[in-house]
Amino acid sequence: MKKAIGNIFVGLMYFLLYVPLAVMVFFSFNSARSTSVFKGFSLKWYAELFSSSTTMTVLRNTLVLAVLSAVIATVVGTAAAIYIYYLRSPAWKSSINLVTNIPMMNPDIVTGVSLMLLFVFVGRLIGAANSLNFGTLLIAHITFNLPYVILNVLPKLNQTDPHLAEAAQDLGSTPTQAFFKVVLPSIMPGVTSGLLMAFTLSLDDFVISYYTTGSSYQTLPLYIFNIVKKPVKPDLYALFTLIFTTVLVFLLISNIMQMRSDKKNREKN
Amino acid sequence: MNHEKNIIELKDITVRFDGETVLDDLNLSIRDGEFVTLLGSSGCGKTTTLRIIAGFLEPDEGEVFFDSKNMNGVPAHKREVNTIFQRYALFPHYNVFENVAYGLRVRRTPEAEIRERVHEMLTLVNLDGFAKRSVSKLSGGQQQRVAIARALVLKPKVLLLDEPLSALDLKLRKDMQNELRNIQKALGITFVFVTHDQEEALSMSDTIVVMNEGKVQQIGSPIDIYNEPQNAFVADFIGESNILDGVMKEDYKASFSGKTFQCLDKGFAPGEAVDVVVRPEDVDIVDPGKGMLKGIVTSVTFRGVHFEIIVDIGGFKWMIQTTDFHPEGAEVGLIIEPDAIHVMKKSKYSGMFGDYSTFSDEMDEMNAPPEDEDDE
Amino acid sequence: MKKRSLLQRLIGAPYVLWAAIFIVVPLFIVLYYSFTDADGTFTFANIRELGDYKEILWISIEYSVIATVITLIVSYPFAYVMSRKREHTQRIMMLLVMVPMWMNLLILTYSWMNILEKNGLINTLLGMVHLPPLKLIETPGAVIFGMIYNYIPYMVLPIYSVMSKIDPSLLEAAEDLGSGSLSKLRRVILPLSVPGVVSGVTMVFVPSVSTFYISQKLGGKITLIGDVIERQIQAQNNYNLGAALSLVLMVLIVISMALMKKFAGDDGDNLYI
Repeated sequence: MKKAIGNIFVGLMYFLLYVPLAVMVFFSFNSARSTSVFKGFSLKWYAELFSSSTTMTVLRNTLVLAVLSAVIATVVGTAAAIYIYYLRSPAWKSSINLVTNIPMMNPDIVTGVSLMLLFVFVGRLIGAANSLNFGTLLIAHITFNLPYVILNVLPKLNQTDPHLAEAAQDLGSTPTQAFFKVVLPSIMPGVTSGLLMAFTLSLDDFVISYYTTGSSYQTLPLYIFNIVKKPVKPDLYALFTLIFTTVLVFLLISNIMQMRSDKKNREKN
Repeated sequence: MNHEKNIIELKDITVRFDGETVLDDLNLSIRDGEFVTLLGSSGCGKTTTLRIIAGFLEPDEGEVFFDSKNMNGVPAHKREVNTIFQRYALFPHYNVFENVAYGLRVRRTPEAEIRERVHEMLTLVNLDGFAKRSVSKLSGGQQQRVAIARALVLKPKVLLLDEPLSALDLKLRKDMQNELRNIQKALGITFVFVTHDQEEALSMSDTIVVMNEGKVQQIGSPIDIYNEPQNAFVADFIGESNILDGVMKEDYKASFSGKTFQCLDKGFAPGEAVDVVVRPEDVDIVDPGKGMLKGIVTSVTFRGVHFEIIVDIGGFKWMIQTTDFHPEGAEVGLIIEPDAIHVMKKSKYSGMFGDYSTFSDEMDEMNAPPEDEDDE
Repeated sequence: MKKRSLLQRLIGAPYVLWAAIFIVVPLFIVLYYSFTDADGTFTFANIRELGDYKEILWISIEYSVIATVITLIVSYPFAYVMSRKREHTQRIMMLLVMVPMWMNLLILTYSWMNILEKNGLINTLLGMVHLPPLKLIETPGAVIFGMIYNYIPYMVLPIYSVMSKIDPSLLEAAEDLGSGSLSKLRRVILPLSVPGVVSGVTMVFVPSVSTFYISQKLGGKITLIGDVIERQIQAQNNYNLGAALSLVLMVLIVISMALMKKFAGDDGDNLYI
């Protein structure tokens, strides 16, 4: 009985979570322009989506930004995690950790505004006409991605045998060789998940981008926000239905892979 | 192989971590082909000594010599010694073959030679047919063997072993002790072995270096260390001992527990205060009337091969190991032969060990400092 | 390792530099703008002007506190039920909670607009069965609902992750010592899940109190502190007042974090799991 109540409750929660997604998918196939009355099945919004050059530019912008910022943040962040891991001074270590936490603790709007003010301030100093552009947007994205990369890599470093690097040196590797041949491969799962996290955070970010981009560079979230009051056209729903499907497939595959490796581990023990 | 030559020499080594002295003016010579064990409890500096030899740590003071060549400042990867790490530090992303081949690959050895030498090593450590296995799928003992093969394939002059057997269960430990000893004899290379286990040290080594608080307490063969401990610390650390306050009356005459005994020691000033060690297995229990000392049995524990009996003599609790049963409360006599008595000079450890009045295994464990892996 | 290699020292340089310029300096720039006017002269005018926004700030806090509390009330049993399921089921349930997180929150908010609008889905459905339409959008309820919907996964996940790590033998021990399921929940699970709750509450409250698009899309004329900042910066170009308002938000967050930390005891270090 108690169990049944629990299950009904959980079912309702999932229903609520998925209602807007279902609405989105459903009306992306509407043959009419309306997103509240279903007139009939059609794929015309998908066709329109791919023929709209604005949407494609926006999509490309979003991907370029996400890839660039995620890759840079991963390289710098992984290096930073290694640096933090080997730090011996507790005071310096905790101040670096504090600073690293700031972008995660601060509301996005504060991070966005503070970075924008920095860019405007510097822009005025050097007399630039327009201080916000793709460069500032990229800097902002790298900045909010960095802590998440560090957060993903540090635990992996803590998990690896501290003697691995020494073992490699003992067998004749220079410290640099030891890092690339032994340490990096063993923290790779953390680096990859950091990269993925940075990539998705960047794809998704609206608030910080809103304050730090110039008028010429629009990403998908900004584009959606700017379609002001008028009802959303089903072509956006079509776009997000595609994104939703991609996410779902991706999560399913990674989940199945995870389950396989878990099973293998269990057999081994 | 030249047994007279020192392959490694440590001269006046001092190491401090954050102001704390970990090694205090340590001197140590290791002869070529020797099996040397650094023995001590955690925090005594034994692992630090090993890391200095390996090159992972530079001493704050003092010099390190290999074959009379100063090695200070030479990084680990340029030293001709290899290490077996406590938890093996096998590379999880390589299989058994690649782990063993690692050092050869770094040295750009030709592929054919790599294959030959790796297989030769895997045969030596009884891991034939495991080459393609992932190291995470091996048992503890097998991982241990991979670590040994990985280090030995480089034909080091000296192999450093940092508590390599501590992660294995008792049975496997005994087997590996024999195997390591056999490998060492077969290859004739120098082993520097670190352990906190005195039995392990006694059964494997040519030479034992007993360490405490960053200082060498005694260097000697296992038999010397057991029979002729230099101070109360060594006597207590190696085996069980009754350590008593005594006075040397004259050569060959020591007095303790209110009686004077014949002994084999000489060279002390007449009337000099000394520590007297009597091993529990060297005491004979007889009828009260026939004994040199008289006491009451306060506890009896059956240990399998023998009984462990605690006897109270004038407030000092003796531990005696005997195959004869004596009940608690019984009055007994003790006989101590001259060769059972070992006299030591007084040291800073005098009076700290050797009385069994609070003795119990559990107390020992509770009082032991928490195992610190790196003992740094 | 007394002497650190050059590599080890250089490896951190890019990040230390980056963090200093783009994390630390901007905070001081916010301070600078808060206490100067458009010409860069020192002034308290912005701080004084903050008084005009007392009410808006209060409403923002009120809405986000209500949203956080409701989110907690529904997420806690959700996470609990989830943590009691078989491992395989748990994994799938987790996945289903995470999928909406991976979707853009803006488009989901649009979808809700679509559902709640005057001529939206719900009212269309009501019309079909000849019921009068409801006023759903542009109400405080809609804004609070938007906050709850958007941030529910951020509450469920940390609570679930703490709960699933509770050693089952602890629960057995509690049963063994005579706890019924209710007292088990109250005496064992609840105290042990506090770190997850703290982390979840922070992760919902912080974005809720500072949001501006939820109120703009679902709230109509309802204005929150985030909206004011947005308007001052983007429409009025009044960077100084915008900075002062951001400063208020920062102080508010620091205070609430400190409160949470106190509430959670000394475990507050792992606020972010």
